[in-house]
Amino acid sequence: MADSINKLRVGITKRYGGKTVLDHLSLEIRGGEFVTFLGPSGCGKSTALGIIAGLVPPTEGEIWLDDQRIDDLLPEKRGFGMVFQNYALFPHLTVFDNVAFGLSLQRKPAAEIKERVGAMLGLVRLSGYEGRYPGQLSGGQQQRVAIARALVLHPRLMLFDEPLSNLDAKLRVEMRAEIKQLHTRLGLTSIYVTHDQAEALSLSDRIVVLREGLLMQVGTPQDIHDRPANVFVADFMGFRNFFDVELGEGARGYIEGVAKDRRLRARANGFASSGNAVMAIRPDDIRVGAAADGQNVLRGKVELVEYLGRELEVSVMAEGQTRVWVRTTEKLALGDTVDVTLPPDKLVVLPRE
Amino acid sequence: MALARTDSRSEVDLLAIVCLLPSLLYVIVMFVYPFLYGVYASLRPLKGDAWSIKNYVAFFTDPYQYTTIKTTFALALPNSVVVVLLALFFAYGMRRGIWMERTITTILVLPISLGVIFLSEGILGFYGTNGWLNQMLLGADIIKEPLELTHNFIGVILSLFMQNFPFCFLMLLGYISGIDPSLEHSARMLGAGPWTIFRRVMLPLIAPGLLIAFALVFVMSFAVFPSAVMVGQPAGSTRTISIAAYQQAFELYDMSYASAVAVIMGLCQLGALIVIILVRRRMTIATTMGVGKR
Repeated sequence: MADSINKLRVGITKRYGGKTVLDHLSLEIRGGEFVTFLGPSGCGKSTALGIIAGLVPPTEGEIWLDDQRIDDLLPEKRGFGMVFQNYALFPHLTVFDNVAFGLSLQRKPAAEIKERVGAMLGLVRLSGYEGRYPGQLSGGQQQRVAIARALVLHPRLMLFDEPLSNLDAKLRVEMRAEIKQLHTRLGLTSIYVTHDQAEALSLSDRIVVLREGLLMQVGTPQDIHDRPANVFVADFMGFRNFFDVELGEGARGYIEGVAKDRRLRARANGFASSGNAVMAIRPDDIRVGAAADGQNVLRGKVELVEYLGRELEVSVMAEGQTRVWVRTTEKLALGDTVDVTLPPDKLVVLPRE
Repeated sequence: MALARTDSRSEVDLLAIVCLLPSLLYVIVMFVYPFLYGVYASLRPLKGDAWSIKNYVAFFTDPYQYTTIKTTFALALPNSVVVVLLALFFAYGMRRGIWMERTITTILVLPISLGVIFLSEGILGFYGTNGWLNQMLLGADIIKEPLELTHNFIGVILSLFMQNFPFCFLMLLGYISGIDPSLEHSARMLGAGPWTIFRRVMLPLIAPGLLIAFALVFVMSFAVFPSAVMVGQPAGSTRTISIAAYQQAFELYDMSYASAVAVIMGLCQLGALIVIILVRRRMTIATTMGVGKR
């Protein structure tokens, strides 16, 4: 349905005054891909999207769409669709006129406009709302109108700027699925900006993690989730336990990390077995109880319990002031002494910064 | 539950009324009473106790008096149009901030703080027959005769413009810069250029504010008095309705007639306001509904 593109190549730098907001961000996005820019606020993800849209001029660099250079093209000439965090619907126009806005600028015949707007509103499940004004719709409905308004023009590229951030948690999950469905069904190429890792994981073909204008990691959701490239990405993806270690040779395929007077074993994954490193593990990968071989077992006292509903997230203070966060269904209480095991396959080795 | 709520409601209402009293009193003493007294005085022209509309008849049968309405409209209307359009132009251009914004805004707003008398003196000094402007132009041999820019219609327009523009500009700047910039962004992404964005997105949203600004500027310039006397031609082309009222009151000492003129002036302003508000209501039902939930 949408005009297809083969690839979008981006190589841009943005500075405001002396501050570098985007530092040589270089990316290639293939047609049909769903790519997410992920990072905390101030990481430059929205700026990057604005530059691709044409709303923000880059300081340096080029953007190529197939064999056309587009960075000097005005935003209204790029043929991209964009969805904003605050919906940005025209408050003085009805739902129909909002969605018809772009088509009427293209001077399409009234019959075609009516048909295309009607079909698009059907697709976002808003048939019957044509005559309403944005102020009479809920947040989720407004965002669906905004999506329809962009999609009805068959954009070559869809840009989403934190479109679900203003919605409540339940609606966010529903809308997430709807966006993914539209993307697949219409064969769109989409770039999506978010600070929500769950959103990024569930939507994306590839995730681009940014931090203070620097590219931290690009990869599939599995890559980013299981094999973070550095401490920043790991921290952002929910690793909560980090140990500074001195690396040494371990059993075949494994690597030993020495932290304080403790030895931790992890999968080598091609890491050189010497020098400083960080070992990281998620709270839900740690098991309560000692492993049979006694490997990677820490003993400590429960000093904090967070109730999460199905499970507890517990802070265990092991000897040598090493704190370990553990997620467990065991009914642990404050002051209990427990053994916890850090499975070597789940420990990730990261470079020390 | 329902009872308790009614109770607390009536308590709050009582408190609100008590809190309202001082301002209500102020409005009654400072506005309602003088206004009603003016209307009363205008209808009691004779020494005795008789009511009469004699003053109104006199006003509307004397061309020297009733043409002041036309004169005042002829000043207030073009001035309001020019002020609002220029203020719109500048405020729209400055809606996202510009270089040296503070300095420029200060310069634009300065005339408000100076007062009409000072401003009029300045206009006489600069635009007068022997003012700087004429001396410069004469000295540079650009003109042979001095330009007549004061003590006539133009002088009053200049003065009104300088009084009203800063106020109108500030009001519109606040209004326009309050419109969510992402509306413009989304319009651009849908293929709209700057002119289309102004015409189809921004202007409909600005229009209610524009009309209110127009109404206020119009009412202010309709009441023009000091500048019509100082830089105008109070005996001729700029004899506005307020001058007519002044003459009756302080030159002919006919307070009753003066009150009648003042009432007529007030009715003219009220009439203009009603027209503007009706237009605004027609135009903005949709807009206010849309902005309601943000």
